[in-house]
Amino acid sequence: MSGDGAIVSEGVRNEPALVVNQLTKRFGNRTAFADVSFEVAHGEVFGFLGPNGAGKTTTVRTLGTLIAPTSGSAIVAGIPLNPDNGVEIRQQIAIMPEAPGLYLRLTVTENLEYFAALYGLHRPDARIREALGAVNLGDRANDLCGSLSKGLRQRVSLARTLMSDPTIMFLDEPTSGLDPAAAREVHTLIVGLRQRGVTIFLTTHRLEEAEKLCDRVAILNTTLKTVGRPAALRSQLFRSSILVKVRTPLDHPGVVFDSIRSVESWHAEDPATYVLEVSDPLLAAPEVTRRLVESGADVLHMGERHRSLEDVYLALMGDVAVMTAP
Amino acid sequence: MTATDRNRAQAVLLKELREYRRRRSIIATMAILPILILIADAVAVFVVPRTTVILDARKYVVSPVLYLLLIPSVMPSTLSAYSVAGEREQGTLEPLLTTPIQRKEFILGKAAAVALPTMVLSYVVFALFLCGVALFAKTAIASATFGQGALVLALFLLAPLLAGWAIAVGMIASVKARDVRVAQQFGTLVSLPPVALILMLAAGVIHLTYLTAIIISAALLLIDYGAFQMVSRMMIPERLVMDSKPE
Repeated sequence: MSGDGAIVSEGVRNEPALVVNQLTKRFGNRTAFADVSFEVAHGEVFGFLGPNGAGKTTTVRTLGTLIAPTSGSAIVAGIPLNPDNGVEIRQQIAIMPEAPGLYLRLTVTENLEYFAALYGLHRPDARIREALGAVNLGDRANDLCGSLSKGLRQRVSLARTLMSDPTIMFLDEPTSGLDPAAAREVHTLIVGLRQRGVTIFLTTHRLEEAEKLCDRVAILNTTLKTVGRPAALRSQLFRSSILVKVRTPLDHPGVVFDSIRSVESWHAEDPATYVLEVSDPLLAAPEVTRRLVESGADVLHMGERHRSLEDVYLALMGDVAVMTAP
Repeated sequence: MTATDRNRAQAVLLKELREYRRRRSIIATMAILPILILIADAVAVFVVPRTTVILDARKYVVSPVLYLLLIPSVMPSTLSAYSVAGEREQGTLEPLLTTPIQRKEFILGKAAAVALPTMVLSYVVFALFLCGVALFAKTAIASATFGQGALVLALFLLAPLLAGWAIAVGMIASVKARDVRVAQQFGTLVSLPPVALILMLAAGVIHLTYLTAIIISAALLLIDYGAFQMVSRMMIPERLVMDSKPE
């Protein structure tokens, strides 16, 4: 069924699963996304972050051949993105849209049988059983989809995308609208997919989700703000810092901190909490401790301040210059 | 380009039939019009003066027989208007379009799913009516019915072509409309030209002969072909999943 599209073999596993080069989509005067470039390696979980309306879903639809780009190019699963290759590309990928999009009057199995036929799968019964097993829904195979909770429908939708054994899975806000327990189940499934070596393109605006699941992330807000590993982005954007909390405010904090060579700068977050920018926290911490004790301070807490992906995201949404991390 | 895969069209057809089976009210409401027409026709041909001779009987049978063509002309419009708009409304269109299915396969499957119950119901009603006439109508009425070859030919030849029109224009409405109700209303409206054609034939404005039956069939065949081509051209995924025209 895959024809010329089935060109992703062991020999080309070293090639990226997805190459996007200056891709742009405009609807009249409105720009959905512009000059977007990145690569995704085989087996990578790639997070695509951005606020609502940033162009994430439109990017997925473009890479999934539903929408034609205005300019730029892409290679999806080894196949150039152009109108003639739509069927071949769609044979190699699977997209899980934000809404499950199930036929509610059909059973779980009937839904999957339908999509198995559309993908031209051989021995669909075995594939369906395997996909339902992967999402822990084997015992609900004969239930009408209309009788399932939103979380279970999302799992059926995930089973549908798994069934065709795609080279790349696009998951568009897979935990949107789910309660924490259902979202955690989806996270567990994605971790399982990563362990199986499936390439996953995950769009989300849940930063903790991206931090937990993704090898690398891209942050999009019409244009690409950054691409990189979460840790690398943090270290690029933020200097190392130590957070110090004392029982009562220091009488002369400048005298204490300015005399420490490894402290590059400091500021008070509140009267009894200080943030010290340091070049090397391991080098600075013992010296800071000594000086605080010498000054008679009662130290309640001292430790390296950890920046989250959310901090990175918020800093970039404040329009920090575009950067690329390794 | 990939060749059209009949299996994918069959998958769409099978899925649609499964949905009908789960929602029997669809078929039940589809059957109302054929039953009403069958009853009206039965009254028209069985309640005729005793003294009617074959020549007079012809005027009693032409209209009822042609009115049977209202079934394939009107019945498919609602279902075909739901075909794309309904998928969009229940959120299943985008997952469907992300599969390797091609637009022709989708259209073929959807059209077959509307045509199948329409034609089965239509031909069952035609057969019931003609059997009733053969078995129970006055001899003059039966002779007048079966003696007019052009009438019987028109009945069986025009039925699928009129259904084809209703299905194609219903699908056009379904692709264009953002709302299922708008699609269904538009689909019903565009089934009016075939109704007008049937009324003109029944009233004798267009005299029904073998030649006119064949000319009308050929014209409908071309129109149906053009309408389905139009559906195919309009089925652009970008237009279907976004609220804007592609550049």
